[in-house]
Amino acid sequence: MARLIFDKSRPGSRRYDVADFTGLEPESPFVPDDIRRAEPLPLPEVAEVDVVRHYVKLSQENFGVDVGFYPLGSCTMKYNPKANEEIASLPAWAQLHPEQPVETAQGALALMHELQESLAEISGMHAVSLQPAAGAHGELTGMLMFRACFNDAGEERKVMIVPDSSHGTNPASAAIAGFKVAHLKSDERGMVSAKALKALCEKHGEENIGGIMMTNPNTLGVFEQEVKEVAEYLHEIGALLYYDGANLNASLGYVRPGDMGFDLVHFNLHKTFSTPHGGGGPGSGPVGVREKLMPYLPHPLVTRAEGGFAFYRPEKSIGRMKLYFGNFLVLVKAMVYLRALGVEGLKRVAENAVLNANYIQERLKDAYDIPFYQRCMHEFVLSATRQKKLGVRALDIAKKLLNDGFHAPTIYFPLIVSEAMMIEPTETESRQTLDAFCDAMLRYAREIEEDAEKFKELPNLRIQHLDEVAAARNPVVRWAPEKL
Amino acid sequence: MATYWFQKTHEYIAEIDGEYRVGISEFAAQELGDITFVELPEVGATFTRGDSFGTVESVKAVSDVYAPADLEVTAVNEELADEPEKVNADPQGDGWFIKAKLSDASQLDDLMSKADYDAMNKEAG
Repeated sequence: MARLIFDKSRPGSRRYDVADFTGLEPESPFVPDDIRRAEPLPLPEVAEVDVVRHYVKLSQENFGVDVGFYPLGSCTMKYNPKANEEIASLPAWAQLHPEQPVETAQGALALMHELQESLAEISGMHAVSLQPAAGAHGELTGMLMFRACFNDAGEERKVMIVPDSSHGTNPASAAIAGFKVAHLKSDERGMVSAKALKALCEKHGEENIGGIMMTNPNTLGVFEQEVKEVAEYLHEIGALLYYDGANLNASLGYVRPGDMGFDLVHFNLHKTFSTPHGGGGPGSGPVGVREKLMPYLPHPLVTRAEGGFAFYRPEKSIGRMKLYFGNFLVLVKAMVYLRALGVEGLKRVAENAVLNANYIQERLKDAYDIPFYQRCMHEFVLSATRQKKLGVRALDIAKKLLNDGFHAPTIYFPLIVSEAMMIEPTETESRQTLDAFCDAMLRYAREIEEDAEKFKELPNLRIQHLDEVAAARNPVVRWAPEKL
Repeated sequence: MATYWFQKTHEYIAEIDGEYRVGISEFAAQELGDITFVELPEVGATFTRGDSFGTVESVKAVSDVYAPADLEVTAVNEELADEPEKVNADPQGDGWFIKAKLSDASQLDDLMSKADYDAMNKEAG
């Protein structure tokens, strides 16, 4: 195990000390005596070269999409082209100050405007706000806008419907915005059925229904076939439809949420549009809306003005969701990606994402159970129930994948599949990589049948017994010095 | 003498020496895997049948637990805060979640017997 930088401290070995104020003016009249620090902070004392080695070693313990295959279902861990980074780090973007006059930052506004328009076109929406900083932040933004819209109409509409195949954060976002969550059970195809929806709405009273939060394709990687009926019915009873854009990768350029009948969409730029995430963020979760919800968008939005671009605030805006302009450099990276791919390129993203997922599903379908087997979209969910009967859980298979240099898929989600492993290869992986993963999974299925106990050995991992239970029950999340 | 009733969402309610206890079934505890945290309501809180009265967290998932009948909480199992593993060890005994007063005991008639509940799980399994 790597030691902490604090453990490596040897008094007197540091060269620079930013916390040492000896000889500096300590007598600022603005700092009261009782909050003055009597001694320097107990920072670790480590030579520069050892600091560098420490952090480089830590970085080598990381697993990211630049290191290996990362089929983490629902997260769309595609490769992030380095051109995005290169261009976003140009001083013209990176050294902008958020307080500088807009006349001097017209290029940045032009980029934001083009991104707003592009995302609106891709999703079939009328306007887009780039404010939210992450997917779930976009969800909350959307829920607050629904709420503002109902308040405006003098309607209470307390209930938000969330299918059991939707995203895990959806119920939380709805609840924070003050909705009561009603869970809708999937049918035997793993889909939302208009009939079951109608029954649920009638149970809660149609006039109380605020709307539905759906992901399409849903977390089973299945396209919701009754989405049109769902939209028609909900609009008829005055409710709204929220599209969780987590799985937008599967339908880019082919189907638009606006055309399916959704009123509001959030995008995950850090998934679909190839900006870093999974510890490498920050993320970005813009929201797009149909006309009806435009007055409530969070500000500032960018609009064309005389001689260039300007910020504006919609009349009934729910306010800001973040300081300044969202995660601006992430917006730059996404825009580079969009420009590099163009319309045809985006369509090929969806095609290859779907093709890759289906390729893996076909290769694995006999060795593992696939409870909702059908032509999948960009991901699919297999079940290790057959393996569990022999004593190997999805968790053990996930650990074995780590042992063999792959990132594990999402496991135990969605909850409607027991021993679930949710596999999303993304479009950026080669046939060779997909085959290496499939070969490993097929080999595991054989090894488990031969000797389940031996299978659970993890010879390549430096930590032999990953004890997730102890880690969850007694988390040690922070190191503290003996004296502070 | 104890009688157990179950509901579809895998909670049980038991009548033990004239007292009602609510928890999650053996099947649920096994399916969830090692339980790491249980969040319980305050004593005195009231819930309508179907309301979520707490959450149970395992290494796999966080799940709501739902009231099997209209009830008022009379006690919570404080030991689960430090020893959530009790739920795995003995879900229908020492691993109970709350003790409760029912406002309408006839609601128990809508729940499943142990035999029906086992049959449901077998069919789904």
